[in-house]
Amino acid sequence: MFLTDNHPGMPSIISIKSLSKTYSSGLDALKSVTLDIERGEIFALLGPNGAGKTTLINIICGLMNSSSGTVKVNGHDVIDHYRYTRSIIGLVPQELMTDSFETIRSTVNFSRGLFGKKSDPGYLKKILSDLDLWDKRNDQIMTLSGGMKRRLLVAKALSHEPSILFLDEPTAGVDINLRQDMWRIVRDLQSNGVTIILTTHYIKEAEEMADRIGVMNSGELVLVEDKRSLMRKLGKKYLTLQLHNRIDNIPAALAPFRLKKSKSGIELTYTYDTKGEQTGIYDLFSTLKQIGLKFRDLHTSQSSLEDIFVELVGNKQS
Amino acid sequence: MTHSFINTHAVYAIYKNEMARTWRNILQSIIAPVISTCLYFVVFGAATEFRISEVENINYGAFIVPGLVMLTLLTQSVLNSSFSIYFPKFVGTIYEILSAPISPFEVVLGYVGAAATKSVIIGFIILITSSFIVEIDIAHPFIALFFMIFISIIFAMLGFIIGVWAQNFEQLQVIPLLFITPLAFLGGSFYSINILPPFWQTLSLFNPVLYLISGFRWSFMEMAEVNVWLSVITAITFFCVFFACIWWIFKTGYRLKH
Repeated sequence: MFLTDNHPGMPSIISIKSLSKTYSSGLDALKSVTLDIERGEIFALLGPNGAGKTTLINIICGLMNSSSGTVKVNGHDVIDHYRYTRSIIGLVPQELMTDSFETIRSTVNFSRGLFGKKSDPGYLKKILSDLDLWDKRNDQIMTLSGGMKRRLLVAKALSHEPSILFLDEPTAGVDINLRQDMWRIVRDLQSNGVTIILTTHYIKEAEEMADRIGVMNSGELVLVEDKRSLMRKLGKKYLTLQLHNRIDNIPAALAPFRLKKSKSGIELTYTYDTKGEQTGIYDLFSTLKQIGLKFRDLHTSQSSLEDIFVELVGNKQS
Repeated sequence: MTHSFINTHAVYAIYKNEMARTWRNILQSIIAPVISTCLYFVVFGAATEFRISEVENINYGAFIVPGLVMLTLLTQSVLNSSFSIYFPKFVGTIYEILSAPISPFEVVLGYVGAAATKSVIIGFIILITSSFIVEIDIAHPFIALFFMIFISIIFAMLGFIIGVWAQNFEQLQVIPLLFITPLAFLGGSFYSINILPPFWQTLSLFNPVLYLISGFRWSFMEMAEVNVWLSVITAITFFCVFFACIWWIFKTGYRLKH
């Protein structure tokens, strides 16, 4: 199926060291970024517009020259050994860039040829079928919907059976069904051993798909963390109490807990940090008992990756 | 991927893709230049022949055939090649070329090869069309073929440079329209510089296109305004200069890699 280099105990499949990019305008798009991508993982790169995500991908894929630093793919430098490194990378760009006058079949065959492989009708049928494009194979690209064009770009990127796939905003502007299809495709690729690096604005997408998360802001890699431990470490939990009776004001004795009262006055929410040793829940319950404030029910919830992202990027900007 | 010295699949993919575009736009690619050439014949061949029946003892109609072919080769090579690299830049599909395991040499081979092929095909069509209007004798067919192919390649390389340099459609057209066509017209496509006054003869010798047209015409009728070896040296010089420019473009990523 896909080309995968099985090197147990080998270093990361992509190793980026002190990578910087300064545009001729003087803008520092990347500031000494160091990052390792592990084999077979789904790595999500998050960040606001202009954070440097696409610049980073473009340098790895050969679309842009870096100002300093090195990038190695499977141990090979992307400049010195560009033939090898590019041959194992597939790229799905952010924009829907296609030659409208070509047919699906010819454009996918063209992509495969560019990567040094001769046409393989069996493989072409497989990828086009997997992406629900087989029935349209002889249609001109201009007749396709936006969602189909997006899938076509994935087909083109997979045409040479890469072992690393970059997806730059793969689900931007697509409907929920297609988005879920795309997530399924990404999971299938991962199960076939393909390493996937995706950038996205949809934090839900990263939360759903990624094994590890990297957050970029203003050209810097602010954080790289396993998704679960990130959410455990930086995530906050919320304890919501449903009171027996409505209250107008929060009793003074509860002021240290910084509770939030619902508009109806029937709910109180306590926010606590999961990484803290003392969550304060025991003290809260003791105080509630002391002042005789009764509740009939309670539930807890956890902050989303989006909350964490906003907090991280917000803190950095402030 | 292939681990051969050259990524032949990639070169063939680019070449095939570009030739497919030619067949898709056959009216624009092939028929339009042929019609233009026939019009040149009507205007220059028929109308002017009333005043100039012979040039250096050669029938005027036959005399202008090499000039017409060369004019077409120069303009078509530049236009085809510049458009074929500008178009992927314009629509953004250039990302595929830049991220593929292809060397700059292979990219140029694919694009320039296809553009030169188109020009040579059009050149042959013009020769065949002309043969229905005037009698054509080619004294040195292999040298004529060499000039046709080599000059098509050289000017397709120039077109490639223009296509990379251009940032809009106006810039794409400006060099072919403002420089190449006038230089071809003033380089003896339709007349011999020997009929010009001495001052204009001397000035014409500074026009490099004159040497190309003269060499090509020599291969037809063994008649040249300048030594044929000078024509060959001029062609080789053009090749070296354009090759160096393309090498520099890929080395620096000029207007390709942001």
